[in-house]
Amino acid sequence: MSIRYSLLAILDAGPRHGYALKSEFEAATGSVWPLNVGQVYSTLSRLERDGLVLVAEEADGQKMYRISDAGRRELRQWFGTPVVREVVPRQELAIKLVFAMRAGPEQVRDVVQHQLVATMASVQEFTKLKAAAERDGDLAWLMMIDAFIFQAEAEARWLELCEARLARARSQSGPAAAIAQEAGAARDVERTP
Amino acid sequence: MMPVLSMERAGCRYGSPPRQVVALDDVSLTVQAGEMLAVMGPSGSGKSTLLLLAGGLTRPTSGRVVLADSDLGTLGETDLSLVLRRRVGFVFQNASLLAALTAAENVSLPLELDGMRPRSAMAAARALLSSLGLDEVANRLPAQMSGGQQQRVAVARAVIGGRSLILADEPTGALDSLGGESVMQLLRAQSDDGCAVVLVTHNIRQAAWADRILYLHDGRLVDEVHPPAGPESLLSRERV
Repeated sequence: MSIRYSLLAILDAGPRHGYALKSEFEAATGSVWPLNVGQVYSTLSRLERDGLVLVAEEADGQKMYRISDAGRRELRQWFGTPVVREVVPRQELAIKLVFAMRAGPEQVRDVVQHQLVATMASVQEFTKLKAAAERDGDLAWLMMIDAFIFQAEAEARWLELCEARLARARSQSGPAAAIAQEAGAARDVERTP
Repeated sequence: MMPVLSMERAGCRYGSPPRQVVALDDVSLTVQAGEMLAVMGPSGSGKSTLLLLAGGLTRPTSGRVVLADSDLGTLGETDLSLVLRRRVGFVFQNASLLAALTAAENVSLPLELDGMRPRSAMAAARALLSSLGLDEVANRLPAQMSGGQQQRVAVARAVIGGRSLILADEPTGALDSLGGESVMQLLRAQSDDGCAVVLVTHNIRQAAWADRILYLHDGRLVDEVHPPAGPESLLSRERV
């Protein structure tokens, strides 16, 4: 799981106390992924158990964590391994569209248009954050925002395609055939969400 | 404040009934100085027609298109071309720089066409390119520049002479992501400096640079997106 590797990556830059690990993790991920202190310490104790980090207790009782050679190897391996896409992602939007298909093309257009507007507003907001990150020269954060923007863009392009498919189905055939085609398209979406 | 551009129930129809095509229907909008407006919509939704009307390249068949205080629908040809030359700059998908001229020569051309002496026009072009961080390409021919550099020079050509409105049609369409971003940053900076910008695009990443986004469908405005309140509401970031 990536909390484990993210902590290793932070420790790769130098030894840290547990609390510093938590705040650096959150700073790096833009608080998109809030951690509680308990998660940090339970992950650290598993890392210690597996020999990936070494722990030194200081005079004041605080624990200082340091990455081991085995930890570094594990981290390099993580960097070199592609992330596996979820095979069946839980996509509320795809499911909503499938059921809107059953209610009729007007309903689909409604879903698409409302979602496009909402998605667009988020991309606008991300873009403002990006301009700020650019000014601050914060490259890691900039790339993270890019990821959010491209994900939102993919969703918007898919929605536009859905809308275009509906329009084409309507124009290529009479209303009855269009409805039949849309029902077929609904089944396709169900098969490949 | 008077808007730089306003459309009042503007429409554009081609042909006559029963084979009439309604390219744009009853569109009203205003763009202020310093504002960037993006227009989105599927192919055939009327985006390009809107830009043609805004730039005076097509006259509305109904309603009005007003640039500063000139009604573009009723101006005579000579006055129209003068208003457009002084006030409106265009940026197209392909930079459309003249291949035989350097960047600086391309940028100085609109000033020369408007009657400025070549030396003064060239000095103004160089100063503008320099202020936009394009010094290094000033003496290069278009073929010696990257696509992103060519488009940024095209933006410089669009704003030279203090034009108040830039109309951009898919200005980053032919560029890679980073090249496209550099062009959008430059357009945004022009808008922040007081220029009104209207951008037509099908790319939401580009549209997101705008202050407002309009959606066209079948020639009509169907939606408008404003930036969400507070730029930090979606993501917050605590600094270490």
